[in-house]
Parts: sequence; C-alpha cells; structure tokens
Amino acid sequence: MSVLTTFKPPKALSGKEFTYCPGCQHGTVHRLIAEVIDELQIQGRTIMVAPVGCSVFAYEFFDVDGTVAAHGRAPAVATGMKRALKDSVVFTYQGDGDLAAIGTAEIVHAANRGEKITTIFINNAIYGMTGGQMAPTTLLGMKTSTCPYGRTVENDGYPVHVCELLKETGGIAYLERTTVNTPQDIRKTRKALRKAFTAQLKGLGFSLVEVLSTCPTNWGMNPIEATEWLEENLKREFKVGLFVDKVGDDQ
Amino acid sequence: MTEKTMVKGNEAMAEAAIRAGCRLYFGYPITPQSEFTEYMAKRLPEVGGSFLQSESEVSAVNMIYGAACTGRRVLTSTSGPGFSLMQEGMSYIAGAELPSVFVNVVRGGPGLGDIQPAQSDYFQATKGGGHGDYHAVVLGPGTIQEAVELISDAFDIADRYRTPVIVLADGMLGQMMEPVIFGKYRDPDSLPDHSEWSLTGAGKREPHKVTSFNIDPYELEKMNMRYQAKYKEIIKNETRYETIRTEDADYLLVGFGTMGRILGSVIRQAREQGIKVGLFRPITLWPFPYDQLKKSAKGKKYVLDVEMSTGQMVEDVRLAVGDSLPVHFYGRTGGVVPNPEEVLQALRKHTEEAE
Ligand SMILES: Cc1ncc(C[n+]2csc(CCOP(=O)(O)OP(=O)(O)O)c2C)c(N)n1
Ligand code: SF4
Ligand SMILES: [Mg+2]
Repeated sequence: MSVLTTFKPPKALSGKEFTYCPGCQHGTVHRLIAEVIDELQIQGRTIMVAPVGCSVFAYEFFDVDGTVAAHGRAPAVATGMKRALKDSVVFTYQGDGDLAAIGTAEIVHAANRGEKITTIFINNAIYGMTGGQMAPTTLLGMKTSTCPYGRTVENDGYPVHVCELLKETGGIAYLERTTVNTPQDIRKTRKALRKAFTAQLKGLGFSLVEVLSTCPTNWGMNPIEATEWLEENLKREFKVGLFVDKVGDDQ
Repeated sequence: MTEKTMVKGNEAMAEAAIRAGCRLYFGYPITPQSEFTEYMAKRLPEVGGSFLQSESEVSAVNMIYGAACTGRRVLTSTSGPGFSLMQEGMSYIAGAELPSVFVNVVRGGPGLGDIQPAQSDYFQATKGGGHGDYHAVVLGPGTIQEAVELISDAFDIADRYRTPVIVLADGMLGQMMEPVIFGKYRDPDSLPDHSEWSLTGAGKREPHKVTSFNIDPYELEKMNMRYQAKYKEIIKNETRYETIRTEDADYLLVGFGTMGRILGSVIRQAREQGIKVGLFRPITLWPFPYDQLKKSAKGKKYVLDVEMSTGQMVEDVRLAVGDSLPVHFYGRTGGVVPNPEEVLQALRKHTEEAE
C-alpha cells in the first residue's frame, strides 16, 4: 500500500515554529504566501522585508533571503533592493500600524511610483505586538488600551481605508482586500496573492493585498468569536473586493 | 585622467562616487548640497546606474538600507535637517552592518537654521545621532581634492568593515569651485565581493538574513561586541590626520575640514608676525586621532581649537590633551566662517596670556 501524502508544508516556509497566538491569522497568510512562491517557482530569487509588529520574525519563517525594516519603512527598503536587483522578487509584509500610521508616506509613494514590489498588508485593526493600542484602522467605538472609552471621531478621526486611498495612485497594478475566515476566503486570498506576485513578475507595477485578520489576544476574544467579530464588524467597515487588476486572467 | 578640471565641490564629490563604482543613489534635495543630487540624476543613467528622488530623507536612508543589503555600492547626500531625519536609518544600517556612504554638506543649525557653511553637526556625526551603541566612520575633507579622494576611500572603508561612512563636508566645500584631479573609473564588477552575506535571492544556497535584530539580550550583546571589535580595528587601521609645521611650534592650532584649511593660511601669517604656530588637522573625526594629537601637543604652550560651531570637536581635543596644557577655543556659528584675522587675534591674545 502506498502512503498518500495529504499535508506537506510549502517549501518556501523555513519550518521554524511560528510565534503567533492561537487563532491568529498571520500564520494562515504566511502559508498562503509560501504556497504561491512555490507555485510560481520564485523562491530562489525572492527577498522579503519583514515589518516591526507581531510578524517581526517573518523573515525567519520564510526560506528566502530576508531582512526586517524599521517600523513602517519596509516599502522604502524594498524599493532600494528592487532598484539594485531588477530581476529579484521583493515583497514586504506589514501590519496596519506599520503600513497605515508610521509608514504612510513610504507605502503611498512606493505605490505611486509603481515600484515593482508586492506588499501583503495585515489589517487587524489593532497594534498587536505592543499589546493592543489603537491602530489607524481601529473601528469607531472600538475600545483599545489607548482609546479605553472607544475610538471617537472628535479625538482620533476615522479608520483609514488603505485600498480606497491607494486605488487612485497611478502606479498600482493589483489591489485587493480579502479575508481568510473560511475555506472560500482562503482560496480567494491565495488567488489574490498569486495575482499580486504575477503583477510584479510581469513588471506591471506595485501590487498589494490587504487581508482583514484576527487578533484574538488583543480583541479579548477566543478564536471563534474573533472570526465572527471580523465578519460582523471589520468587514462592514472595510469592504472586501477587488480594487485594481491590471494583470488580467491569463496568468 | 590626470588633468585638472574646475568643478564645484558638490559635483566633484558626486563624480568621485561614480568613479568609485557607485551606481545607486537615493536622496532628497536640500541646500547647500542639491547640485550633488542633480548631478547624480544626470550622470547615473549615463553609466547604467539608478537614481531615485525619494519622498523624504526618512525614505532615502531606508532605500540605502535596502540597496546596501544587496551588496552594491550606494550613497546619499544631504544637509543637516535631512541628516537628522536619516538617524533612525543610520542606527539600523550600523546594526545590520551595511556598507554605505553618506555625505552631509553641513549648514547652519539648529532647526531650519540657514544655508551657510557650518560644522555644528560634528556631535551628531561622531557621537552617533541614532540610538544604540554604534559608530559610523566620519571623514572630514579640507579641500575639494581631498573630498574627491575621501569619497573613494569612504566606499573602500565601508566595504572593508561593513559599516556606514559619513563624509562630513560643509556648505563652503559644497559650493566653491576648485581644480581637481579625479581618480580612475572603477568597474562596478571588480568591487569587493559581498556574496557571503548579501541578499540577492538565495538561488541554490541557504537563505541569508540581514538584520539589526535579536530578541535575546545575550545574543544582542554578542552582536554588539562584534561591532566593538570592528571599531577597534577601524581605530587601529584607519585613523588619519595631517600636521603642518608642528615640530618647531610653540603653539598648536587644531581644526578640521574647511576650518582646517583656513588655519593653514593662518599659520603662515602668524609666523610672519613671530608667533610660532603649527596645525593639527584631524581627517578622520571618528575615529578621532587622540594619541596622535596628544603627541603633537606635547611641549606646546597651548592648543587653540577653531571650529565653525560653538565648540564640539574641542571636547575630543580636551580628551586627547588632558590637563597637560591649556586648550582654548575660538568659533563662529550659524553659518559664519571665522576669517584668518579673527583667528590671529585669538592667537595673539592667548600668546600674551601665556608669556
Ligand atoms: C519607531 C518605532 N515606534 C514604535 C515602535 C513600537 N511598536 C512595535 S510594533 C508596533 C505596532 C505594530 O502594530 P501593527 O503594525 O498593526 O502590527 P501587528 O502587531 O498588529 O501585526 C509599535 C507601535 C517601534 N518598534 N518603532
Ligand atoms: S497579539 Fe494578535 S496579531 Fe499578534 S500574534 Fe497574537 S493574535 Fe496575532
Ligand atoms: Mg495590527
């Protein structure tokens, strides 16, 4: 009898144990990225730029050349790499604090230049790593340790919609917002990631996939509650969907 | 090419970088160095290089970080306010041990200050403007010719020690014109090989990781000790200075960069007036030539340190000389350059006191 292999980790993951909390979707997204890197056979020429945030160790989790940028600066670091090595595949992996607060200038300008890099943006509406402070994407009324009475427009303004902001910048080749709550969502996210990397490989410009993601720990929920909360609240504020696609269907 | 060409300092330094094999530039315009950026914008495409005007100096320094990760020669130029924004990145670059060259064409500060020549960024450059236990090598050219040569050396030092190197120029050096002899063009393919650690895509080898990061304090301490060992080597091998007529001098002038150059002409005038003075000009500001200065100062009646600031390098001069003799200071700041007559006056005053 031959053994049927049903589970094989993607080659592009290093096998180092993830540092994420139970029910955290950072790990799910890592796996999908690695699968796409395998599928596209680009592992040997990929360089990744990890952020400062819970995924600060991501450069260890992927079996590719990697570094970790200063908080928010990953798109600038990736720009330097890509300009130096035009044939490489460069991607950044960033949280909402990293990308949409401290690193706003870097992401907007990398996108607008049509920098031939790919960004995976994990929007969990909170600062995970530092223990649950308000993020630029924190929902109105949502309580965090730095908006203990709930986020208000008067004090903190509105949640930042990254895809909606970026979609008008000329350099964008692919832009989609997804989730990874259900098997269907996961399939969609994998497809989006594949397209985002394909946009880079075809030299079409900047590509970004925003994944709405759970942080059970700092949302104060168990993993099931967290996925439900994401469905009911996060998805209401941040509409899932395709914003820009210059790749087309012939991948 | 050995003939002399008349060039503006900023453009001369930019051309020197290209001849040193640098094909990558990221920067943001700022007076009094903008000609540097503009020259790179024009020249780099001609030699197959890549020029990018970043959205800020914060981005520029991180682009330098990214480009340096690939092991290629990379440089940026800026002035005080821009260099302040780069300090976060400098700290990361020092920690990740990335060879890279920074030119600060210093202007008057603090804050927006002005656009006139100054040396008031000495502390920032030599004592580390960013966080953590690190040093960048700091070179202080006195003439455009020397700046051209030091740009080339800066890349070699950066490569040899995997360290950021700062060329601390000033608005005078950047803006004036002088005849210069450039070095030969170096083929970017013949430069030092960084394939042992650089990020290029792993291909068939094990992936490389380049960071300034280690969550384990004992491991981070080890990383720091490695940096410190490297700094020791740099101090031993790279410390540079120039002395002029120090042997028979009664008094010793100390100054660097443009000020050092001006002091050169002060010596001649002072000696004509019967004040026997010599000059010690540090060329590496970090590592500072403490021992060498101590030796030069030995037996003199006093040291007069002159700077285009309210007195920054003078702290290192005092460290070098100790209590063995008086260390006086004369400086102008805010973009005002001391003229030889002012320095002569200070010399006469201190000489009278000493007699
Ligand atoms: C310059 C700087 N400021 C602040 C911090 C502290 N810090 C580390 S991670 C982080 C927030 C990360 O949140 P996010 O980007 O949303 O990532 P997550 O942990 O939620 O995945 C902050 C503020 C830092 N490391 N550097
Ligand atoms: S704190 Fe939140 S984002 Fe960070 S690992 Fe835990 S669940 Fe994930
Ligand atoms: Mg977050």
